[in-house]
Amino acid sequence: MRLSGRGVKCIRGGRQVFSGLDFAAAAGEVLAVTGANGSGKTSLLRLIAGLLSPAEGTIALEGGDAELMLAEQAHYLGHRDALKPALSVLENLIFWRDFLGGEVFQAGQSLEAVGLDHAAHLPAAYLSAGQRRRLSLARLLAVRRPVWLLDEPTAALDAAGQELFAGLMADHLGRGGLIVAATHGPLGIAARELRIGAAT
Amino acid sequence: MTALAALIRRDIRIALRVGGGALIGVLFFLSVVVLMPFAVGPDLKLLARLGPAILWLGALLASLLTLDRLFTADHEDGSLDLIVMSRTPLELACAAKALAHWIAAGLPLIVATPVLGLLLNLDAPATSAVALTLLAGTPALTFTGMIGAALAVTLHRGGLLLAVLVLPLSIPVLIFGVAASEAAITGPQTFGAPFAILCALSLFSFVIGPFAAAASLRQGMD
Repeated sequence: MRLSGRGVKCIRGGRQVFSGLDFAAAAGEVLAVTGANGSGKTSLLRLIAGLLSPAEGTIALEGGDAELMLAEQAHYLGHRDALKPALSVLENLIFWRDFLGGEVFQAGQSLEAVGLDHAAHLPAAYLSAGQRRRLSLARLLAVRRPVWLLDEPTAALDAAGQELFAGLMADHLGRGGLIVAATHGPLGIAARELRIGAAT
Repeated sequence: MTALAALIRRDIRIALRVGGGALIGVLFFLSVVVLMPFAVGPDLKLLARLGPAILWLGALLASLLTLDRLFTADHEDGSLDLIVMSRTPLELACAAKALAHWIAAGLPLIVATPVLGLLLNLDAPATSAVALTLLAGTPALTFTGMIGAALAVTLHRGGLLLAVLVLPLSIPVLIFGVAASEAAITGPQTFGAPFAILCALSLFSFVIGPFAAAASLRQGMD
């Protein structure tokens, strides 16, 4: 499996964010997207996720499931964590697991893996920022998708959480997954760096 | 199917919990209809004549009031991104969301109608006629309103825009809903013809609504 982009150009709000961007990542690899604020890291992830369309160029996944689009084989972990404060931790997770579908796992186990099993029945409104992030990570574990698109995944995580997350990423890569992560800090795992130039 | 059932279950659950929209719509409906007899005065004949129109207006405004959160809430917390990316076609997801909204916010209005009918001096057959037209017509309000909600999704305080966009589409529903109820109460026209058109409007909106809403959501993703 190989994710690649050729000559990708992104225009948002009439302003060119980046152009002529080439990148590639194979199964078992992490592509760390770095760059200054506003350089287009999030835009790149949203382009790969199919939430934006490139003004020029193509993004393709080779060797995935031929019947599914790239977006349908990807997990997107954005700034906003897609959690409903009125629902409990477990209800939030079970909803996303059932809605996203495909190859799914026990919600309880996923919560345990991110260290949130003690809070399973707490409404999500009472979670701290770090706990919300952990709950979002549990979604990646409850449903298997080969491509993970992570936007600042370690933001708000404590040291133990970052270590745990590095382990989860290693497991995912070991199963033949690939990861594209926009980040400022170290991910705690060997990664190929893709630097997006300053905005022009 | 599990995906759509999960979406419907989640939306209903959120609507029924504290801070959800379901109760707001019913309370608004209640206050509009309860205030009306005080504003119109104690003329029982006049109240009975205006009754169906008042109930319909209340239901229309109540459904508009809660519709603007249909997609905005999911957009603000990022859920909409994941729904767009998922393997479920966006049209079906929109239809599921509208159905959940109708069950949580539309059905309670119909359940409240018999009680409110008493305040408007409507007898039992008249009240059941109004309830029946609301049952047939409010889905059309939800499914056409969904188009406006999808267009206004990226705007903060899109509620007013939603009202402006959706009201023209709801006028036919209002006309035939009130016409059918009045035909059943006072005659002389038959109940069947306007009621059939009302049902047709609902069926029409089931088809158009999800496609139009999904198209405008895709346009709005940026």
